[in-house]
Formats: sequence, structure tokens, C-alpha cells
Amino acid sequence: MTKGIPVKLRLTLGIAAVLAVGVPLAVHADTAADVKQQCGSCHALDHDYAKAAKHERAERKAPPLDFAGNKFRREWLYSWLQNPVRLRPAGVFPPAHAKPSADGDVVDTATLAKHPALDAAQAGKVADYLMTLTPFDALIAAETYQPGSIAQRMGQMNFGKFKGCDGCHQDAPDKGGVSGPELYTAWQRLQPAFISAYITQPAAWDPHTMMPVGDANAAAVHKLANYLKLIGEKQP
Amino acid sequence: MKTLLLAATLSLVSTTALAEAGSGKQLYSIYCTQCHGVAGDGKGINAAQMAVQPRDHTDTKEMSARTDEELFKVIEHGGKSINKSVLMPPWGDNLNDDEIHALVGHLRELCCQKN
Ligand code: HEC
Ligand code: HEC
Ligand code: HEC
Repeated sequence: MTKGIPVKLRLTLGIAAVLAVGVPLAVHADTAADVKQQCGSCHALDHDYAKAAKHERAERKAPPLDFAGNKFRREWLYSWLQNPVRLRPAGVFPPAHAKPSADGDVVDTATLAKHPALDAAQAGKVADYLMTLTPFDALIAAETYQPGSIAQRMGQMNFGKFKGCDGCHQDAPDKGGVSGPELYTAWQRLQPAFISAYITQPAAWDPHTMMPVGDANAAAVHKLANYLKLIGEKQP
Repeated sequence: MKTLLLAATLSLVSTTALAEAGSGKQLYSIYCTQCHGVAGDGKGINAAQMAVQPRDHTDTKEMSARTDEELFKVIEHGGKSINKSVLMPPWGDNLNDDEIHALVGHLRELCCQKN
């Protein structure tokens, strides 16, 4: 096949092939362009939003992915991208999906769109690429959280009564607030160090986050993270 | 000359006040309506699941009983700081002083300027 190609070019082609196999970056370059094109219309892939005015949060079409590699578990990304079930019961900007009713505001689920799904091969490549987006390695490295255990009752009281996390988050299907992402699946989805770091200082990750600081004390945060571990591990 | 200057100053003040009220409304929509409701009546999408109901910010009587300083404090430090429910979160890490002042201004509109 290579008969007609001049030696010099053959050599270059050979080197290119070796590079493509040996250096994942070359593959990522293609995937990066694909992700930018297919996902960038909704998802932020760089941190520029942090410099915009606060109202930017109201216009977001999707959660930012610029720190995906510091946030997600690779195996969760791989499977969710193929079967993207809803994580935020009221969408990415809840006020846009709230409608008044006789019983108070309700979520207008008809306005929540289905997420595009990828096939297994694409999902693998995209998950690998997203895991390379790690601008916040320093925040993760500063974490001291060591996963541990907590009794169900204590964990639940802490999450609800003491810290008020259940105002915005569900710790079981259909139990808890709906404006934040569901948290009974947080442990499968998120890296343990991210969970702890984000609860401590959400605005360090995203200055326009809608998540307040409930309690930044390390021991209190670790207890909350252990509760997410407990309920997450009970999920199928 | 004097009147001209005064008029200029007045129009400056009123545009700043307007911008602030506008941003107070926007901030309220982003951070507060999830619990306090799109109409500010305490019936946000989270309210149905909450053990303590969010304050109705259109309740003229209750809201008039609070000073601006008290409102500022509960927004910055949360319900716990005034011996009320932890379900009212502290917003001091999300909002700066100017933004909290703008929110207090918006609360005053919600409670006390309905015609
Ligand atoms: C039409 C807009 C849109 C497009 C295009 C889109 N997404 Fe999303 N994506 C969303 C929304 C909205 C959510 C939030 C879903 C939820 O929470 O239920 C989301 C959530 C996600 C999440 C979970 C994020 C988190 O913080 O929980 C990942 C990962 C993701 N998308 C990856 C992708 C990838 C990869 C692509 C391109 C192949 C893509 N998305 C294309 C709108 C979009
Ligand atoms: C006022 C509502 C609110 C309260 C109260 C709240 N959160 Fe959140 N939380 C959010 C929102 C909203 C997000 C997603 C960030 C965004 O959309 O701006 C979030 C994100 C998170 C995440 C990351 C999840 C993900 O998939 O991105 C964790 C973990 C979390 N919250 C834990 C907690 C814990 C623990 C508490 C109690 C100390 C708590 N939250 C209290 C609204 C809230
Ligand atoms: C997670 C739900 C939640 C969110 C989000 C929330 N609040 Fe509240 N808020 C409450 C609850 C619950 C109460 C009632 C507390 C009580 O009576 O013990 C309350 C009470 C208040 C009060 C009355 C305090 C008093 O003196 O009685 C003010 C003022 C207030 N909130 C302002 C705000 C503002 C401004 C925002 C947005 C920056 C906001 N809240 C966001 C749940 C919330």
C-alpha cells in the first residue's frame, strides 16, 4: 500500500501513527474539538463565567464542565453519558422552571429537556477527555477528608434539622428540596474530595453558585460527606 | 445655576437607585425565589418539603416589624443568627455587602409598595 509514497513522507506518517497511539493528547485534541462543538453550546468548558456579572447564573443552560476532572468519577460519567437521567429535579436554573399554582410554586417538568445520549465508544472518549479538565487540583490536594461511617439517624438529622441541606437537596427519591442536584446519588457521581471541598467552599469552585455555606468546619463537613456515602452506597 | 446642579444630582441619585432595585430583584430571583416563591409569598418550589415555612415577604405587618439592619443580618448570617430556622441559609459567602443592601431594598418593595 505504501509503495508509491516517498520514503520521507512514509517516515512522517509512521511517526504520526506512533504519536497518536503513544500520546493520548493527540486523541484528546479531536475529542476536545468534538466536545466543544457538541456540548459547548450549553456547557461552559472554561472558567470565563467566573468573571461575568452575577446575572450570568440565571442564563446558564447547563452546569459548567470546566472542572469536570476534579469533580466526577470517570466510571459514572461513562455510564451517565449513555443513559443521562435527570439529576436536578428543577433543572439547572430552577426559577426558570417554577410556575405558581394554588398550592404554591411547582416545577413545570414539561419545560425540562431530555439530555442528549452518547454511544459507548463516544462516552468512553468524552469521559476520558472530561477527566483531563482539572484546573482545581490545588483545592482537591488541600482536602483532608478520609471517607468514614456515620449512623443513619445521626447523618439524617445532621443533613436536615441541624444543617438545613434538605431545604434544597433530596437525600432520598422525592424527599427534600428540589432546587439543588439530588444527593442520594452524589457518592456514585462525585469524587469524595470534591464533595468535601465543595461543601466547605462552593464559591471557590463557582463564584455564582446557588449553594450557600451551611458550615465550613472540617469535622462537620466530613460528617455530611459520610452521610452522602452511606445513602449513596445504598443506591442500586 | 444652583437648581441646575441640584437637578443633575437628583437624576444621578435616581438612576443609581433604579439600578440597585433592578439588581435586588435579579438577585432575589436567583437566590431566594427557590424557597420564598416567585411572588415572594413564601411558597417556593422547595417549601412543600420544608419543616419550617419560608417567611412570606409580602406580609406587610410582619416585614414592617423588622429594621433594615435586622434584614441585612439574617441574609448575611442566616436564620440561626437570629434564633430562627437553619432552613434560612447564610448568604455571606455568595453575596457582598452591596448586593445584600440591594436585596434589603427589594424586600422593602415586596412588603410595602404594593398598589
Ligand atoms: C441542550 C443543552 C445541552 C447539551 C448540548 C449538552 N448538555 Fe450536558 N447537561 C445539560 C443540562 C441541562 C444538564 C443538567 C441535567 C440535570 O441536572 O438533570 C446537563 C448535565 C450534564 C452533566 C452532569 C453535570 C453535573 O454537574 O451534574 C454532564 C457530565 C454533561 N451534561 C455532559 C455533556 C456532554 C459531554 C455533552 C456533549 C456531548 C453535553 N452534556 C451536551 C444540557 C446540555
Ligand atoms: C439554598 C439551597 C441549597 C442549600 C441549603 C444547600 N445546597 Fe448544596 N447545592 C445547591 C445547588 C443549587 C447546587 C448546585 C450548584 C448550582 O447549581 O449553582 C448545590 C451543590 C451541592 C453539591 C455538589 C453536587 C453536584 O452534583 O454538583 C453538594 C455535594 C452539596 N450541594 C451538598 C450540600 C450540603 C451537604 C448542604 C448542607 C450543608 C447543602 N448542599 C445545602 C443548593 C443548596
Ligand atoms: C432554603 C430555603 C431558603 C432560601 C433559599 C432563602 N430563605 Fe429566607 N427563609 C427561609 C425560611 C425557612 C425562613 C423562616 C425562618 C423562621 O421563621 O424560622 C426564612 C426567613 C427569611 C427572612 C425573615 C427573617 C425574620 O426576621 O423572620 C428573610 C428576611 C429572608 N428569609 C430573606 C431571604 C433572602 C433575601 C433570601 C435570598 C438571598 C432567602 N431568604 C433565601 C428559607 C429560605
